[in-house]
Amino acid sequence: MTNPGQPATALSDAGPHGTGPTGTPHHTILGNTRGTGIEGPADAEAFADLHLDQIVTRILGRVDQDLAPLFRTPLPTVADIEYRHEVFRDLRKPAVLDAIRSFTSSMRSIYVYAGATDDLTGRYAAEGTFVEAVTAYAEAVTAFAGTLPGLDITSRGLSELRDHVLTYASSSGFTGLVSETRTMTDDLTSVRYTMTINGRRVRVGRYRGEPDYGEEVEQTFARFSPGERRRYTRKPGGRNDIGHVEERILELVARLHPEVFGALDAYVERNRAFVDEPLIDFTRGIRFYLDVLAFLAPLERAGLPLCFPTIVDNGDDVHVRDGFDLALADRLVRSRTPIVTNDFALAGAERIVVVTGPNQGGKTTFARMFGQIHHLAAIGCPVPGSSASIPLVDRVLTHFEREEHVENLRGKLADDLVRVRSMLERATPQTVLIMNETLNSTTLTDARFLGEKLLDRIARIGARCVYVTFVDDLAAIDDGIVSLVGGVATGSEEVRTYKIVRRPADGRAYAVALAERYGLTYEQLKGRIEC
Amino acid sequence: MLSAHLLYRDRDVDLADPLPDNAAALIDDLELRTLFAAMGDGDEYLEEVALHTVLSSLTDIDRIEYRHAVVADAVTNAPVVREMYAVVAAAISTESKIFHSRLIKAPEAVLGEARRSLRCFVDPMRRLRRIADRHAGDFASDGFIGFFAMLATEIDDAYLATIDDHLGGLGLRGGPLIGVRVGNGNRGTDHALLSPRSPRWARWPSVGARRTYSFEIAQRDMAGADELGRLRSRGLDRAANAVAAAAEHVRLFFTTLRAELGFCVGAANLENRLAGKGEPTCSPVPFPAGTPVLRATGLFDIGLSMNLDDRAVGNDVAADGKRLVMITGANQGGKSTILRAIGTAQLMMQSGLFAPADSFAADIRDGLFTHFKREEDEEMESGKLDEELARMDGIVRAMGPGSMILLNESFSSTNEQEGSEIAGQILRAFGDVGVKVVFVTHLFDLASGLYRSGDDASLFLRAERGEAGERTYRIVEGEPLSTSYGEDVYRTVFPDG
Repeated sequence: MTNPGQPATALSDAGPHGTGPTGTPHHTILGNTRGTGIEGPADAEAFADLHLDQIVTRILGRVDQDLAPLFRTPLPTVADIEYRHEVFRDLRKPAVLDAIRSFTSSMRSIYVYAGATDDLTGRYAAEGTFVEAVTAYAEAVTAFAGTLPGLDITSRGLSELRDHVLTYASSSGFTGLVSETRTMTDDLTSVRYTMTINGRRVRVGRYRGEPDYGEEVEQTFARFSPGERRRYTRKPGGRNDIGHVEERILELVARLHPEVFGALDAYVERNRAFVDEPLIDFTRGIRFYLDVLAFLAPLERAGLPLCFPTIVDNGDDVHVRDGFDLALADRLVRSRTPIVTNDFALAGAERIVVVTGPNQGGKTTFARMFGQIHHLAAIGCPVPGSSASIPLVDRVLTHFEREEHVENLRGKLADDLVRVRSMLERATPQTVLIMNETLNSTTLTDARFLGEKLLDRIARIGARCVYVTFVDDLAAIDDGIVSLVGGVATGSEEVRTYKIVRRPADGRAYAVALAERYGLTYEQLKGRIEC
Repeated sequence: MLSAHLLYRDRDVDLADPLPDNAAALIDDLELRTLFAAMGDGDEYLEEVALHTVLSSLTDIDRIEYRHAVVADAVTNAPVVREMYAVVAAAISTESKIFHSRLIKAPEAVLGEARRSLRCFVDPMRRLRRIADRHAGDFASDGFIGFFAMLATEIDDAYLATIDDHLGGLGLRGGPLIGVRVGNGNRGTDHALLSPRSPRWARWPSVGARRTYSFEIAQRDMAGADELGRLRSRGLDRAANAVAAAAEHVRLFFTTLRAELGFCVGAANLENRLAGKGEPTCSPVPFPAGTPVLRATGLFDIGLSMNLDDRAVGNDVAADGKRLVMITGANQGGKSTILRAIGTAQLMMQSGLFAPADSFAADIRDGLFTHFKREEDEEMESGKLDEELARMDGIVRAMGPGSMILLNESFSSTNEQEGSEIAGQILRAFGDVGVKVVFVTHLFDLASGLYRSGDDASLFLRAERGEAGERTYRIVEGEPLSTSYGEDVYRTVFPDG
């Protein structure tokens, strides 16, 4: 018996070609995948604190985590980042995106077909599936090659791919495969047969033009079946896989039509290794871009801005306009809740930002946003915001207050400081530190004292830092510290939002009238009922 | 196609249609259960039909008048309508004894069920035809005339006989012959039940000698038996779906007809009950949406009347052109009763029923809302105003400029000054956008302020008090009075002071 299961193995194991030396997948379309070489286990904590882990799970799905290492690997040079920006920019052209998407999704369905041949017990089932896989592959490549020349492609990554596909699609190996497959399919699908099922006995014969009785019944009852047609019977099972009974029926059909089924055996034998390796490689690598864009699309549709950050030198002014927490925005957009955006701008020498303000004022969200944007920029992705200038960072480290129940405050304080110390030991002037309510469980005096000490250390390292605290005084200990305040109401009464703004720390409460809260004042009501 | 269209010219009634969000509040606040019980006259199904239909208000005049005529026919020809209802209800009851499996959806099972189901309906269809043939001439409404004509054209005797034939013939003894085409992946496709009779040419001996192969699956091969079942199912799928669609359509026709005739029977029950008490009913006059119209004579609350041995006190209202009607005055003086009577009459008019009055006219509203003080919330002091505001917020979310709202002691859970401020803003906004308001209130500051402002679009009513301070339950026009007669009520309840 032939074994058409062979190509499945070739597809599911990319071999030495697919995986880089450190376990990070290497694909041409991704550019550099080796990173700065300094990621370590501690970064997992920052990943969780910044909700980057949630974002990556949403991007890649829970199951397929092959590409996850890419999201943890900051790129070492501006050129590496720009290589990815180029590909992203190409993919933001709808025509390019459509073409690439439809090609990769076809390629994925070929994996499914080919994977399925492993499970098939019978020869005719396996051969049938093999023909389907080749057909889908041939259609995908042909369509892709037809679309590519008309696309506005400027990135190095996609240009290289285009040249490869065009050469391959016009090769005689490929065109031969296409025509051979078409003939095979036509021959197979012209075969018709009948079966009579009586108890456990099945009788198989050639079809000889007997009329359709179901149609006759349908016409008689048409007067009583107006409107849209719906299904009353259970849908015949998903893929209708061939079982051993249908396999036996096919053996009998093959005896009734020996010429067609003999040709099928030969065809399968000839074409076992039909897939082009570089295309497999591309299909895997491009997923990084496609999945990121697919994740971002609903946010853009909801009106949230995204941009490619300008990567600036350490020491230049930096800014983000209309930034937001990507993980939070993802949830809010799904529940159709409005999202507050925030800006920040730091002059060249400004390194440390102290954020104060009331609870629920958006401080933690701001801190996450700050960390996320720097990290996303470093892996070559678009970032939240309408414009952004961001320095190249080597990594983002965090210390978030853990909401665990502690009995020994002294012990917890010591542990916290140990964590902070290890963080500071790894920090460089290219590092971003996010400290959220660090040391909050101590007394005010301690929090102020320790805060001053830590900020001083950070200033000496020269790292960038966002320090979220309830201690207002910390915002004023040094002229070089930028003070941001959360929970500040802006906008008119009807569209009040709470932003983080740059100003000296204060502490104010906000009350709203009861009826106004329910939208029941005269002005509110008029607007609500009339439209 | 079978459809009665008794309650709508152009569509069926569907009891599964969602009721408006405010339905539960309307039932409680207007005490509509009593109305529905009178229409049901002991039949729970009729009560449900009454509830659903009365709460699904019509919003255009043509539809309202179409249904008014049907209801009038039903009241005049009550015995015929009841007879048809009985035939339909009995057929549904017989058919419902068939086991309708929700789980097993194999074509064989579906085909079998559908055949049995259709057989339950063929004879009742013949009986409906005969009633129609006998009585069609007695009916005058478009709705009933159209229904009888539909019966005559769609279920003639010849067609019913053909149906009987096919239901017998779909037994498929000897196993079905199924045609298959080789499809993608060599999977069989386009399975079709074939006529067991071969075409004529195939029976010629020279051509017809067909080569076939056969095999049998092993006795214990369960997976094989399943697969064989699936293949067989594919072949029967089309025929099964066709018969099932017919069965469903006929069943739906009967269910719908039951609801539509049920509403007619309910109207006849209610009319019978009111006439027995000597209470008046009238054909209400709907006015187009827009300009406020509200005029009634002898308007009474059905809920109250049904609970009294005597007739209820009727009231006259003349509020044409008024967007706001404010009712103040003595406790237990009939304020809530007239509020409920106005609301109930509006709902009855917009569901095509008669109105409980000597005469009643009103403009059509696209939604009726109630915001009544909730007695059961007395305990939760702190959240009461919150609760009232939240409820109002929900109402505002659902209402439009063409809606009508009945307020009963709203915003009395806070002090009078705050209550007046909140209510005042709400009334002003409602007035400006065109919402029609009837407001029973103790908020004297608010009421007298509005009275003094002299707005033509507002009407002020108050509960009348007799010479000796006794209640007449009549509501008359007049300036708001600052006392609410609470003392009187107190004295009645505590005669010893």
